[in-house]
Parts: sequence; C-alpha cells; structure tokens
Amino acid sequence: MTEKKELKNLIIEGSIYKTQFTRKYENRVKWQTPDPNCIYSIIPGTIIDIFVEPKDKVKEGETLLLLEAMKMQNQVRMPFDGEIVNIFVKKDETIPKKHLMVKIKPAILK
Amino acid sequence: MSLRNNILDLRKRKREIQKGGGDKAIEKQVQMGKMTARERILALLDKNSFYEYDLFVEHSAKDFGMESKVLHGDGVIIGTGTIYNKPVCIFAQDFTVAGGSLGLMHARKITKIMDHALKMRVPLIGINDSGGARIQEGVNSLAGYGEIFFRNTLASGVIPQISVILGPCAGGAVYSPALTDFVFVVENISKMFITGPGVIKSVLGEEISMEELGGAKVHAELTGNAHFYATSELECFDQIKKLISFIPRNNNTKAFPFPPKQPLKGEKIEDIVPVDPRIPYDMREIIKSISDSSEFLEVMEHFAPNIIVGFGRMGGDTVGFVANQPMVLAGVLDTDSSDKAARFIRYCDAFNIPLVTLEDLPGYLPGVDQEHAGVIRHGAKILYAYSEATVAKITVIIRKAYGGGYIAMNSRHLRADFVFAWPTAEIAVMGPEGAANIVFRKEISEAENPELVRQQKIQEYKEKFANPYVAAAQGYIDEVIEPEETRERILHALKVSENKDVLLPKKKHGIPPF
Repeated sequence: MTEKKELKNLIIEGSIYKTQFTRKYENRVKWQTPDPNCIYSIIPGTIIDIFVEPKDKVKEGETLLLLEAMKMQNQVRMPFDGEIVNIFVKKDETIPKKHLMVKIKPAILK
Repeated sequence: MSLRNNILDLRKRKREIQKGGGDKAIEKQVQMGKMTARERILALLDKNSFYEYDLFVEHSAKDFGMESKVLHGDGVIIGTGTIYNKPVCIFAQDFTVAGGSLGLMHARKITKIMDHALKMRVPLIGINDSGGARIQEGVNSLAGYGEIFFRNTLASGVIPQISVILGPCAGGAVYSPALTDFVFVVENISKMFITGPGVIKSVLGEEISMEELGGAKVHAELTGNAHFYATSELECFDQIKKLISFIPRNNNTKAFPFPPKQPLKGEKIEDIVPVDPRIPYDMREIIKSISDSSEFLEVMEHFAPNIIVGFGRMGGDTVGFVANQPMVLAGVLDTDSSDKAARFIRYCDAFNIPLVTLEDLPGYLPGVDQEHAGVIRHGAKILYAYSEATVAKITVIIRKAYGGGYIAMNSRHLRADFVFAWPTAEIAVMGPEGAANIVFRKEISEAENPELVRQQKIQEYKEKFANPYVAAAQGYIDEVIEPEETRERILHALKVSENKDVLLPKKKHGIPPF
C-alpha cells in the first residue's frame, strides 16, 4: 500500500519544504468563493418540478423548483428579489450534489 | 453402569454444533477467501489453549418461522485462551450460521465474555464477521448491540480491547469496534459502513462499491477507523500477537518486560538527518536507531502519515513513540494527525506506557479546508492529551520546533519530564523566512534591493534564533545533547521516571475537545 512518492514543495510561513503529499491532501477540495448568483444543489436528488422560466422576475422567498432527495421534497427558493438568468436542469432529471441548477441576478444592479 | 454412553453422546452433540452452519455454508465462507470462526480463533491463540463456553446456547426467537430454526451456538463462539502464554478473552462471530447475525442470545454470549474479560482484567479480542442485526428478533437485537457498546465503554482504559474485522460489519455493529482501542482490517475481506452501497444509491443516487465505500484500505488510509492493515488473515493474526506482546494486560500493570537489546547497527544516527530543516528524511530511521533491536510496531501507519505513532522497547520496557514525519507533508500537525497522536497518547497514558516524543515540525498545516474541518478543535486534542498524561514524558527536539507545534509536541510547558534538543534544533516562534518577513517588514520594503535585504535579515534571524540555545537559556530545554547520546539519555530518563507520581486536581473526568 505504501508506494514511493515524489517530493513536492509545501510552503509554510514563507519556508519551502521538500516533502511527499498524501492522497487525502492532494484530493482536498480547494476553496472557491461562492457566487451568490448561482444556485447549486446541496444534496443529490431528482428535480420533480420547475416553477420558473428564464427572464422571470422573482421575489425573495418564492419557490423556484422542487428537488426530491432522501424522500423529502426540498423547495429551492429565491434568495433575494431578482431575475432568472438561466435554468440548467430539466424536470425528472437526477443531479449530483453541488450541481449548478439555476443562474439568477439581483433586481437592482448597483 | 458406565458413563461411556453419556460421554459419546456429549461428543456427538459437540461435533454437530462445532460444524457451525454446515458444510455448504463453510464452503461458501472459504470461497469468499475467509477462514471459519473456529479456524480463526485456533490460528490466533496459542496451540491447544482455547477453551469454549456457551456452546449449547440456543436462540429463543418465536416469530417469522424462527421457532423451527436451529442456529448452532447462535452464530458466535466465545471462550478464553492464551497468546504468548498470557490469558485473553475472545469471541468470534460465525458467518456460516445465519450470516453471523446478531440476536438476543448471540449478544448475551458476547456480553458474557466481555464481563468476564473486565472482571479478570485481561484483554478482549472480538472477531467481527456479521451481516448485522437479526431482523427476525427485532428490538432484542438492538438491545444486544446496546449492551455490547455499554460494556465497551466501561472496559475502555481498563483492559485492552481489540476488534478484528474479518467480514462485513455494518450499521450499528460498527460502533463496537469504534469504541475499542485497536481495529484490525484485512484487504478484500473487511467491510465497514453505517449505510451500505444499496441505500446510498437508492437515496442519493451515488454509485459506489462496498470496497470503495468501506473496504480495508479506506479505513486504514482515509477514515482512520482502522489501526492495522494486513493483506491476509494470517498476517493480521501475527500483527495482533505482536501488539499483545507490547501492551500490558490491564491498566494496573506494566507491559511484560523483555531482555534489553541494543539497536541494530545501521546508519549513524546523526547521518540520517539533513542539516537544512527544509529537506526531509524518514523519522522511522531515528526511532529504529534508538529502540531495542531496532524494533518498532507502527500504529495507523497509513492514516495521517505526517505523524508516526507506535510501540517499541527501550531497555526491555515498552515505550510509545510519537514522532513528526518530515517525509510527509513536512511533518505538520493537521486535523487527522492531531486525532491520531492524541488518541495514541491517551492509550499509552491509560496503560502506563511511557511516551517518547521525537520532534521536527514546521507547525500546523495552513488551508481553508483545514480551518473549516475544525483544526482548532482537533489540534487542541493533542495539547489536551499531553497535558493530561501522567506517564513519563520525554521529548527530543531533532530539528524544527516552531510556534504552536512546539508547544503541542510535549513541551516543557505541558509538563514534559525531560526535554532534550539536538544542536540542530530550531526552537522559535516560526521559521526564519516567515519571521524575517514580519520582524523586518519595514527595512525590507524600504530597501533599495528588498530581496537582498530580505536574505540578509533571514540569515540574521537564523543565526540569532534558529538554534536550541535561546530556549535552553530559559530552562525550557533541559540539555542540548549530541545525536549519538539520544538513546542513553532517554534510557536514563526512563529509569529516573520509573516511580513517577503526580497529583492532578480531583475531578470526575475532563471534557476533552472531541
């Protein structure tokens, strides 16, 4: 199980260390600043209904679609007053976690 | 009248039950590459040392046609025996009998031998190979699991508890091994998970094989649920025997002493370590150059390999080694390595095993993933474990000892008994590069040639602070020693610590950061 690994650079407080990486470290999820205009699935599941279309004006709290997961129907709601830019899922589609479902934009652009 | 007939009848009854689930089921077990429960016990224990109890126990279930079913021994074998002539209690689930499923009487047999182990203060070994709860027995099987978990907790820190996963161990059943001290897994045979691939697929739509979800490798490398990984059952039994030879049979005794032996003659200890603190080496070589016969039993070898923990002997007595591994992730502390070390330290403390800490680390691993995974909470465990430990605590600082990592690795401030440093040790708040950038920020940024000044300042800082003498001047280091002296200084420190006695404030128990 222990395979020889090559040495890589790990920077800690300005010093560069020659060292091996673990599989877990290499596979770690790199942080990305979330885009408030993208709505991702928080759980894998099936889209059972979509209530909006692109260019619709939607108020904060309105339900955009239903995502069924763990035998529960999750209402995916509009986080702020705004407009639907694009919808990337179809009815009855099964999607994984962190799948981009809807792109939106706020009502007033400053 | 002769007893002959009764004896023959007894033998016949025993033979019948000892066949477990019968030839067909045994054949299936063999096809899966597995030994039977009885073969496993016999292979693990000393020859002719096993004595069985509760062979004639039968289930009392009445529903779903169970009343007409005969389950030999109710799917589990319990008994006592010896390993290296030292007593152990053991149970082994028999997958050939109703898939090793756990019903009320099955659980009662297990709890009987657990009670016995705790009362007699001898190690408990559990071989798990079970499809899970016996559904036909409903809430009675849940009760059975609960009774086992409770006893695991009660016995924790009193007797060594060893779990051997030699088949499936799913659902609630996984919590018994998780509560024990050491979990052994075998490639292609062990499978552990809370919810299996079937449920995960139907509920979440994620497809994964049993092996990828909860196979031996996953638990040895990724989850940290397993402590020992073997490629065959026989190799696994050898590992268990070796472990048993290193640990005391209960918390009131010390591990059985061996005749003291010199380390094998290998590379000179000072030639193992490069002077440049940024260049790695294998810390296991240092451990082997100071332990008796260069022997070292590594625990959790594949999980968080940036820290090394395990058992060796010095002067014939067992010690627990905790050492940073510069070869992997520069030897940093992170969530996993802190968990790993803290648990091992607490094990050693509970079972009177002195701790030898070998230090060479640049600090904690930076990263959003680390912070969000709770490196504060996890990192605190190692501080807690070292502070709380009252066994002899000896530290040798080989090279880097920077910042929070220096404090965490059994520093004087956490009441280490002896702290030694090699002349290569750098005990400082951080590495010279980082420190120079902060301390001389203004000079560097205002210089005509900032890079040149930066390098000068790094060099300046190095000469002034990247050594063991600043800390030694404060008495934080007891002595700066030559690498060649390491073993004799530790041996002497262990001797002096033999009757160590410290009083901690009276309390029910602390609240360690879990």
